[in-house]
Amino acid sequence: MAHPVIRATACAAAAVLLSLGAHAQTIKVAYIDPLSGPFAQTGEQGLAEFRFAVDQINKRGGVLGGRKFEVVPFDNKVSPQESLNQLKRVIDQDIRFITQGNSSAVAGALIEAVNRHNERNPGKEILYLNYAAVDPAYTNDKCSFWHFRFDANSDMKMASLTTWMAGRKDIKKVYLLNQDYSFGHAVRKAAREMLARKRPDIEIVGDDLHPLGKVTDFAPYVAKIKAAGADSVITGNWGQDMSLLVKAGRDAGLDVDWYTYYAGGLGTPTAMGEAAAGKVKIIAEYHSNVENNKASKWDADYRKQAPKGNPDFYFLRGKIMWEMFAKAIEQAKSADPKAVALALEGMRHQGDLGEVEMRKSDHQLIQPLYVFTLHKAAAKGGPKEAKIDMEGSGLYPVTDARLEADTSAQATSCQMQRP
Amino acid sequence: MEFFLVQSLNGVSYGLLLFMLSSGLTLVFSLMGVLNFAHASFYMLGAYFAYQVSAKIGFWPALVIAPLLVGAIGMLVERFGLRKVHRHGHVAELLFTFGLAYLLEEAVHLIWGRAAVEYRVPAELDGPLFQIMDSQYPIYRGFMMLVSVAMLVAIWLALTRTRIGLVIQAALTHPQTVEALGHNVPRVFMLVFGGGAALAGLAGVIGGNAFVTDPGMAAAVGPIIFVIVVVGGMGSLAGAFIASLLIGCLQTFAVSLDWSLGGISISQAAPVLPYLLMVLLLIFRPKGLMGTREG
Repeated sequence: MAHPVIRATACAAAAVLLSLGAHAQTIKVAYIDPLSGPFAQTGEQGLAEFRFAVDQINKRGGVLGGRKFEVVPFDNKVSPQESLNQLKRVIDQDIRFITQGNSSAVAGALIEAVNRHNERNPGKEILYLNYAAVDPAYTNDKCSFWHFRFDANSDMKMASLTTWMAGRKDIKKVYLLNQDYSFGHAVRKAAREMLARKRPDIEIVGDDLHPLGKVTDFAPYVAKIKAAGADSVITGNWGQDMSLLVKAGRDAGLDVDWYTYYAGGLGTPTAMGEAAAGKVKIIAEYHSNVENNKASKWDADYRKQAPKGNPDFYFLRGKIMWEMFAKAIEQAKSADPKAVALALEGMRHQGDLGEVEMRKSDHQLIQPLYVFTLHKAAAKGGPKEAKIDMEGSGLYPVTDARLEADTSAQATSCQMQRP
Repeated sequence: MEFFLVQSLNGVSYGLLLFMLSSGLTLVFSLMGVLNFAHASFYMLGAYFAYQVSAKIGFWPALVIAPLLVGAIGMLVERFGLRKVHRHGHVAELLFTFGLAYLLEEAVHLIWGRAAVEYRVPAELDGPLFQIMDSQYPIYRGFMMLVSVAMLVAIWLALTRTRIGLVIQAALTHPQTVEALGHNVPRVFMLVFGGGAALAGLAGVIGGNAFVTDPGMAAAVGPIIFVIVVVGGMGSLAGAFIASLLIGCLQTFAVSLDWSLGGISISQAAPVLPYLLMVLLLIFRPKGLMGTREG
């Protein structure tokens, strides 16, 4: 019979060894996004795609000679406060990498919390991979060494979009309609500034904000757009605010082009239906009918095993993020967040649609973007490139223009503090 | 002028949809004293049932079948849930309907998923009804108004011209007497609750394809129908009608105004105005526009 104290010590030692062993095997990445509540479907989309990406990397043998990735979901209900609670759990579980995308308000809270944690806990740093929160501040005056953004920020998207719009002489009167919160404000401000610079002859005939997710009937807004005589509408609206707007426009016979960021977001093409065909344009880094698509096999493989509610492959930037993350770990020869961050900085990577660069000065990924329009199927009078539709909605994305990476690159005010 | 006409029509048609939604709520409240938090969930169920039925046998049968199904669920809820909870008082009933709203939403998640479903306006109702200068007015909005007005007339006739309507009205104020006269008051309650749910279901059939059918639709309209019931006067059908039109037009016209007060334009504040109206009314006229009881 061993002494109780010895036995307890032995148990504890065994537990420590076991946990060390587990760490040596897998590199866990916490996925902090909504998995319940009204935005759950959006959160589940990212989770499903990231799990697929991780499976591919693991099947190829993982990183560092056999270490595997694991995505661990944490539900933040898109609340900044709840995200901080989840971050505590992440820290308690000794997970050193986090990824998040939905809502810039959450991203802001996480950046601050990660900065504070890393300052106080040297050697136990957390690294934050942002795949969709696009407030420009996080790669400008609020930039952080521990934050990397793989999505083009909202100013970059607007820069590419307005560059393309500038070449279309039929655009004369533009209406701005956005959701009344930080992102909507950023879209409207950038649109005004950039259009004034690139096409001073374009008249801004209206500029409205409406509350986020609270409008059921967009008919009054549509009547106003019509009365203003607009030929184009720029909107950062997403989700229901996007689909209801386009539907109301079609019902009233409003003949405008919609320039959007998120009309391709999950559920939106289905809700808009054919009302959108030929009218709705999107600025994003990927769609399934893109030319010379080196990710087409990946896209098709994803669709084969996709969960019921998330049929499409959407986040090419997610794929790029995982590939660059894996590459950074290999280069650093370690899964230590600080070493990985140093390897990621300035990294150039051959993406599926061209070279991308994680800019060293502000940790913003510089990548090519596309303006594309949702069309009817080729058989129903759409263009011949209309091959794969979005979530079975009968809306087929077809490219209008590819905008090379340098079109969107913006000067940064970031003064990076490196540890 | 054109703009004004279009906006008036928009305001009235939105108001009438709100009335379809709130009439059931106010009926149930006036008869049973139950403030049904799950009312908007019945609206959602109506839309989903209509989606399912119209995918199989078409929109017109769905217009009849979906509200009946929702009504049947409403009756089951009353018979096996609410009636048991009733003896513990109004707070228990309130909590019961509150919980029910969550349950129904989760059930919808499980059955139809979290994304919007493809519930479309039928082809024969899709298109412009008439032209005002160069603005189109969609057929479907006209149809919405028609159904809503028909519903108002039907409820009014049923309440004032039929035997069951008279019993319902009597049970509203003198339930004991009605019971003593040999009427089955619990059954009347069950019918009214089911009827209220069916009205919400009908609004769902009409509103689900006009707007969007997704699990968030109940939460989107939930608060506004309470505002209508409070503004119109708890339990007053006429009040709910007036309040619906008032709020429909208020929101529509506020959007058109670009006047600004301290940096916030009226159009920006449009969706908040109904709540402002409710708060003011509760302060200055707590019984509502047409209500009969205080507070």
